[in-house]
Amino acid sequence: MFSWDLVANAVVAGILLGGFYAAVSLGVSLTFGLLDIVNIAHPAFVILGAYAAYVMNSSFGLDPIVTGVLFTPLFYLIGAGVYRIYYGSFERRGEESLRGLVFFFGLLFIIEVSLSLKFGVDYRLVQAGYIGKSIDLGGGVGIAFRYLVPCVVGVMMTLALYLFLGRTFYGRAIMAVSQDQGALRLMGADPVQIKTIAFGIGIAAASVAGALLISIAPVIPSTDRDYIGRMFAITVLGGMGSIGGTLVAAVILGVVESLMSTFFGPSWSLAVSFGILLAALAVRPAGLFGR
Amino acid sequence: MTRQWKLLGWALVAAVVGTLALAGTGIFVARAADPIKIGLGMALTGGLSANGKPALMAIQIWKDDVNKKGGLLGRPVEVIAYDDQTNAATVPGIYTKLLEVDKVDFVVSGYGTNLIAPLMPIAMERKLTIMGILGLANNEKYKYPNYFQIQPSGPDPEANWATGFFEIAAKQNPKPQTIALVGADAEYPRHAIAGARELVKKFGFKIVYDKSYPPSTVDYTPIARAIKAVSPDIVFVASYPPDSVGMVRASAEVGLQPKIFGGGMVGLQFTTVMTSLGPMLNGIVNYDFWAPESTMMFPGIKEFFAEYQKRAKEAGVDTLGYYLPPFAYSAVQILGLGIEGSKSLDQQKVADYIRANEFSTIVGKVRFGANGEWAKSRVLQVQYQGIKGTDTEQFRVPGKKVVLYPEEFKSGNVIYPYSAAQK
Repeated sequence: MFSWDLVANAVVAGILLGGFYAAVSLGVSLTFGLLDIVNIAHPAFVILGAYAAYVMNSSFGLDPIVTGVLFTPLFYLIGAGVYRIYYGSFERRGEESLRGLVFFFGLLFIIEVSLSLKFGVDYRLVQAGYIGKSIDLGGGVGIAFRYLVPCVVGVMMTLALYLFLGRTFYGRAIMAVSQDQGALRLMGADPVQIKTIAFGIGIAAASVAGALLISIAPVIPSTDRDYIGRMFAITVLGGMGSIGGTLVAAVILGVVESLMSTFFGPSWSLAVSFGILLAALAVRPAGLFGR
Repeated sequence: MTRQWKLLGWALVAAVVGTLALAGTGIFVARAADPIKIGLGMALTGGLSANGKPALMAIQIWKDDVNKKGGLLGRPVEVIAYDDQTNAATVPGIYTKLLEVDKVDFVVSGYGTNLIAPLMPIAMERKLTIMGILGLANNEKYKYPNYFQIQPSGPDPEANWATGFFEIAAKQNPKPQTIALVGADAEYPRHAIAGARELVKKFGFKIVYDKSYPPSTVDYTPIARAIKAVSPDIVFVASYPPDSVGMVRASAEVGLQPKIFGGGMVGLQFTTVMTSLGPMLNGIVNYDFWAPESTMMFPGIKEFFAEYQKRAKEAGVDTLGYYLPPFAYSAVQILGLGIEGSKSLDQQKVADYIRANEFSTIVGKVRFGANGEWAKSRVLQVQYQGIKGTDTEQFRVPGKKVVLYPEEFKSGNVIYPYSAAQK
């Protein structure tokens, strides 16, 4: 069954999938990778974003990705609010490790159940002009728009976050808070405020990621559970706190999944992806681009 | 004592006796009006809740219908339901509570194979009559005589599931030769693919692709491309809703064009999925249980859907409800007919009656065989034809889901090959 067409298609499909994985993992990379907050509820926020896209699409015919972008301020505020509660209840008292984890688990279930109560448990999908269409790149290689659009958006999000963290005052402050909060305080910056901003941005990214997710596949409130493992694996493989590393790790997992699905049977794809994670961590415990 | 006092005395005695008599009658009336309780656990949250909620709604509609007509054996019917959270571990506790605390008269299973399995030992130990709602081959091991299952899979569920799909494929001219089998690594798809492998041998096709995928797969285009690379004449897919959508979309995107496509895809029957995929469904031949075709209009079905669709809108569940709800209704409808027919609440008498009789239900005539499955399979194969756009209304009228199999319910002809139906 081997052919170079298939290899090229698998690699292209893997890169596109990787771009999407990067988009859904960016928030975790920011909150878990940089702030050390095990925000296990992040996938639930992504699903919340997916439902926002669904509502706007089914009620007003709005493109899901436009909705994702429009809802980022609201998600930012939700994220900032959640961090303040988390800080006040756990982090300030030094109880963030285990109780904080329970807090985010609870949040995940609350979001899931709330979505179930509000929207029921039926599968939800969106309509957009690019869903179900593809373009032929020549040489037998085709690209499905359903994956191309999320990939492009995912890469743009990564680039924007990378530039924000490296080039702006608040971005550098976020990088600083992840390294030494005490030193940051000496510079006259409030670590809690900086972390609030960072957490808010992480959750804002979930709004766009959710819109990308529902463009690719149908969603029910419990879909978040399929993504928890992948998000944290990508963050760890890329290197804690490395935004560029998140994109590289996401593409690696995407390409491996795609190649395995094409040539060795899809059953192997996840096992091999996570095998690569283990092997990479054995060689580089801090992840591919971790410090 | 004066005459007046005597009269007063007698009046007092009469009043006491009368009150007691009335009270006695009252007690008798209360007993007669005690409801017949039917208990169940149902997936109202968790992975199967998209089907569990509509199923419970259908059972509630049956209860209301029966009570409007005076109940069963002159007594009203009450349904007691708990959320099993799509978690098999909750099932023993729920049914023990139903039987011991709520003192239900009969139990009905939750939705799906995995939730029926833990109920079987409880039902057998207590010799209960048990109505199963869409379980695949739950009684194969136990052979429990008082188990009755409403999914129309037939006496050999694994093999009967896809028989129609293969019979239709084998009848085409020129006869397709090669087949790709693909399904999720999960309970139902494994059964369906195992049955399909047997049918491949029976009908003399050649397998050129036979692989499974994890249910959490996100991108189905590599799978569709790998199948396209081996150019099968038939693609048989056994999948759950998210992967059904993934496979249909990916096949459209990579241009996978076998001569026949479909078979065992769960989810294509759901309204939201049908309306979202729209014209991408055209040409797919897939299993189903009911379609709004003239051959499927059984007594009571229109009234049922009128009521169901009214309630579904408010509850945010499947709008049309063609897949599971009428069968959940029929399961309790048969239980009710069994109680009325045997004139008894005795588990064994009701079971004997159900086993011995044919029932006219809203999903047609139902008779159970030795293993509690339908005596004769009635898994339909339908083909999606002429779907335009994503409007829900088009799925209410005949001609969009044309019944191809079995012959007695056939409402139209197959469009062959698959690509011809997509034009």
